[in-house]
Amino acid sequence: MVDTFSETLSEQAAADIAAEVISRPGRGPWATAFRRLRRDRAAMVALGVLVLILVACALAPLYAHLAGTDPFRPNLDGSITLNGQSVDVMQPSTTGLGLGVTPIGPTWTLHYLLGADSQGRDVAARLLYGGQTSLFIAGMATVICLVLATLVGVVAGFFGGWVDTVLSRILDVLWAFPIYLLAISLSIVLLNTTLHIGPIALTSDSLALPIAIVGVIYIPYVARPIRGQVLTLRHSEFVLAAVGLGIPAWRILWRDILPNVTTTLIVFVPILMALNIVTESALSFLAIGVQPPNASWGTIIGDGEALLYTRPMVALAPGLAIVLTVLALNVLGDGVRDALDPRTKIR
Amino acid sequence: MRNLTRTVAMGLALAALGLAGTASAATQAELMKLHRGGTLELISSSSEGTIDPQVNYTAEYWQLYQGVYDGLVTFAKGEGADGNKIVPDLATESPAAEDGGKTYVFHLRKGIKFSNGQEVTVNDVYASFVRIFKVKGPTAGTFYNGIVGADACLQNPDTCSLKDGIVVDPKADTVTFHLTAPDPEFFDKLAVPHASILPADSPMTDVGTKPLPGTGPYMFKSYAPNQELIMVRNPNFKQWSEAAQPDGFPDEIDYKFGLTTDASVTAVENGQADWMFDSPPTDRLSEIGTKYASQVHVSPLTAFYYLAMNVNLAPFDNQKVRQAVNYAIDRNALVNLFGGKVLAQPACTILPPGFPGYEAHCDYTKDPGTKWTAPDLAKAKELVKESGTAGQKVTVIVEDKAVDRNIGTYVQSVLNEIGYDASVKAISANIQFTYIQNTNNKVQISLSDWYQDYPAASDFLNVLLSCASFHPGSDSSINISGFCDKKVDADMAQAMSTAITDPAAANKEWAKIDQEVMVAAPMAPLFNPKRVDFVSKRLGNFVFSNQNQFIPELAWVK
Repeated sequence: MVDTFSETLSEQAAADIAAEVISRPGRGPWATAFRRLRRDRAAMVALGVLVLILVACALAPLYAHLAGTDPFRPNLDGSITLNGQSVDVMQPSTTGLGLGVTPIGPTWTLHYLLGADSQGRDVAARLLYGGQTSLFIAGMATVICLVLATLVGVVAGFFGGWVDTVLSRILDVLWAFPIYLLAISLSIVLLNTTLHIGPIALTSDSLALPIAIVGVIYIPYVARPIRGQVLTLRHSEFVLAAVGLGIPAWRILWRDILPNVTTTLIVFVPILMALNIVTESALSFLAIGVQPPNASWGTIIGDGEALLYTRPMVALAPGLAIVLTVLALNVLGDGVRDALDPRTKIR
Repeated sequence: MRNLTRTVAMGLALAALGLAGTASAATQAELMKLHRGGTLELISSSSEGTIDPQVNYTAEYWQLYQGVYDGLVTFAKGEGADGNKIVPDLATESPAAEDGGKTYVFHLRKGIKFSNGQEVTVNDVYASFVRIFKVKGPTAGTFYNGIVGADACLQNPDTCSLKDGIVVDPKADTVTFHLTAPDPEFFDKLAVPHASILPADSPMTDVGTKPLPGTGPYMFKSYAPNQELIMVRNPNFKQWSEAAQPDGFPDEIDYKFGLTTDASVTAVENGQADWMFDSPPTDRLSEIGTKYASQVHVSPLTAFYYLAMNVNLAPFDNQKVRQAVNYAIDRNALVNLFGGKVLAQPACTILPPGFPGYEAHCDYTKDPGTKWTAPDLAKAKELVKESGTAGQKVTVIVEDKAVDRNIGTYVQSVLNEIGYDASVKAISANIQFTYIQNTNNKVQISLSDWYQDYPAASDFLNVLLSCASFHPGSDSSINISGFCDKKVDADMAQAMSTAITDPAAANKEWAKIDQEVMVAAPMAPLFNPKRVDFVSKRLGNFVFSNQNQFIPELAWVK
């Protein structure tokens, strides 16, 4: 892989790399990249934040158990004990004309730590469960996107000709398609029908729907650079040699092309995760993603929209979670890219 | 400040004279001297489509039509229940029925002009009723189908003729209506905006954004649905009846569209708008009810929110399941979701409190009696068990508005609790109402609401639950439950017949029908909402009629 890029490296960079390799005999490119990543403090902090968020979300059932709350069930008549006093979760206004009922705000205790939403449910518990959903959807969509994008990009770039033309135009169409219109259309169509795609049955309340939508729409975003890279690799000496020796195309793709695009794919993982989290949140906010009573960060923001003036924490908390996660993923993504890029040292 | 002082003084004077409600003619003249003028600024999150009074069927524009168009009769411009009274408008009086309730002879007032200067004639009256059919008005087949010849007009609108149903005499200025059968609600139907009298040469198609001339104190000057609607004084208006069509206070009424409800509240708080059409969002209620209490008007509505259960689709094709839902719903929880006890009250009947035919009655509560007290979950679960439908999948369809979504989520939790595998789907408010009506969409249970068209029990029971209102496969099937019971239909026909001669007896019959229908439980009444009107500090003389709600032209800003 280093061979591919060496032509474009300055002499100083090449010398740096050579020195690093000489000083660490037996260390392969992956180990070198990992070592570089570990040296990147920003990336390590981002990774720490991500791990914290993942662990917190994984512990959602424990929090719900300790807080004695069911985050998926309305609690409109309930009350909690706060500072020795019984307090209603939903509090009718007692001033002026007595208009409106406001959910309890953050208590900063185990019970209703971040307050309640308009159904009287514990926001903190929903935030953690919502994180599970958002991260699961984003993760699955990332896997789907990477697999399909790699397939399309590699095939289009390697075979070229009409195969490339057809696949590229399909990517153009996909890129131009308005995602939210697609999501709205699908959610309406699926209200009373089930969409069967092979063995997968999509219903309107299935998580498979937002996963499928989010997973498919970013395929062009990944497939295009992969295709470009494969176009270059296709004319590299080692591939031409393999072709000349009569090695079957599938084997060249598997043994020579795919390993050379792996680093690009790895760089895309955190970036796609971040994009997918935001997209899923937007879909769920518009009520076309995760369906109630399930929670995702997007649905909680949607719930909090109607409480912005009285209980901003309902929308703020998942908003902050999204910002933190996306920021951490982007910083980590930068770190991964730098670690895998041999030119990094000279920047 | 000075205006306010004068207003208070006038109010005290009125109170001293015992002239509550609509001011007398002399008082109105005095008030006109004090308050005539200025521009009333109204706002709404969106416009409501066509400006054509014979086509538009929205509360937002029906409010405005009050000051622009007139019918032969109209609902009085009065406070509260006074607004339900029908008074003669373009006709000199409300005529007595002839021919056993099948003929009415109206005498047209003389000297009334449209805003384009043309005098109103009996030919305009005839042409206006033909136009209802030619523009395929939304109530042509339900309100005006009893006029002789209407059936043919409904079949072939383009060639519609009502020569046998509406006979005009230009010399005597009379208009004679011939009905196929007595109709106790005929005057109600003549009083709504769809029966507005328009110039005979009006286009026989929906005019969309091009306003038609009217006879009221205002006329539409311009209409841009994405921006604003402007109403100015009709130069040809001369007041002929204070009860039917009083002169308005503001010189101009500007209606701006596009602000969110949050932004609308802020605009009213800042005095940038005088009134907002949309209900204030729930998270602003506490604020306006505390800081701006003097600018808030809470008025009961003759309306109800309900769950329509499809009686032709499992599991709601089982009466026990429908009853179980009625038992299980905690109406107090829903009242809280709507904004609290000040803004809604639990409902047990289809007819709202205070409405003709209403009798307090509640079967589906912990202690059955006259009012709802608490849900009976044990009874609900027992009924579901007896029905053998537990575990079935159920989808609740609601609008994607915050309150409706909350109600949907709550209902979903209740359905899960009594044994179903429930999900809730919120779809755009633009399509939800038609979506849930169409049987092809196989909607099992949905959230809807209904507000009176006019004050008659049939406007709820007959419209929402008669066999005639059920049109399978159509987007316009207001009997959302698909409930069709021949006995109930016969009872409703009998009540309508009784109403011709004895409205009080008819109302008792309607009360029985209400209870009879609730045993079958095609729907679950949830609560009766109240209306919150938030007005600017400068707005005075806020008048709320039960029929048309806020009456803009009676408010003053000067």
